[in-house]
Amino acid sequence: MHIPDGFVDLKTVITTSIFSAGGLGASIYRVKKIFKAKTIAIMGVLAALIFALQMINFSIPGGTSGHLLGGALSSIVVGPFGGSIILTVVLIVQALIFNDGGITALGANIFNMALIGVFSSYLIYYFIRKISKSKINFYIAIAVASWFSVVFASFFAALELGMSGTYAMGITLKAMILVHMVIGIGEAVITTAIIAFVDRIRPDLILTNERSL
Amino acid sequence: MSEKKITTFVIVGIIAALVIAVFISPFASSFPDGLEKVAENFGFLEKAQNVVNDDIFLMPDYTFDVVSSPLWQGSLAGLFGVLIVAAVFGIIYLVYKAATRNKNG
Repeated sequence: MHIPDGFVDLKTVITTSIFSAGGLGASIYRVKKIFKAKTIAIMGVLAALIFALQMINFSIPGGTSGHLLGGALSSIVVGPFGGSIILTVVLIVQALIFNDGGITALGANIFNMALIGVFSSYLIYYFIRKISKSKINFYIAIAVASWFSVVFASFFAALELGMSGTYAMGITLKAMILVHMVIGIGEAVITTAIIAFVDRIRPDLILTNERSL
Repeated sequence: MSEKKITTFVIVGIIAALVIAVFISPFASSFPDGLEKVAENFGFLEKAQNVVNDDIFLMPDYTFDVVSSPLWQGSLAGLFGVLIVAAVFGIIYLVYKAATRNKNG
């Protein structure tokens, strides 16, 4: 879902950059309060893993592919503030070194994946976890949050394309959401598998188990 | 959690990331992703234009072109990408260490 240069116009670049800078500033401010060596270590490993996993495109029907975004993975493990910083670092490295996602579209990509993807997944996860403390509910919360994070991010990506006049808003929204409803299933499976695995062997690494961040 | 356990976790985690980036990435699907597919279907894919010269990117499109084998180009790009991302947090860690030392001292 990395938007390249040329898909978003100047007003969209400016708007999304302002939102992203504000959201990121708030995240840095909040994360500093919980910063410990352990938090930084977990964030670094998650960022490296998410970068690697984003390279692994899986095929979906219709000659299309998708890959993990990692918004839910990072927000459920370290909380949304740390999560948004993890995704932002990954997106910046991808844009500046690998030409994956445009440099002018960086603000839009950070907004869609590092803010919308991360914070929407955390809110959904948080409210589903409140229903029950059971393990099965824990897995459901992860899967549902992961799926929605991808669909919400795709909604905003399409909104930005429509705003920019790249293509008709309604058609783009529908097409983007439909294809990401399928890709989101992959996100849900991978994220749930990874978090369930870590929760079994090292539950202390899932920082949101201890307190809400 | 003790320092030693953090170290174990970091080593295992980074190795896992490297294995994925180096050995699994060659098997990744080469189909266009969701956004590219939509752009292709509606005919606006050609609007994707870099604002800067392609040459400035170290490894454009996950291609490390120092080696000639396409398989290794992707794998090595993945290897360096993981290390670069990890290094960013390594720097954050060093800054954090330096800042907390000043506060205590």
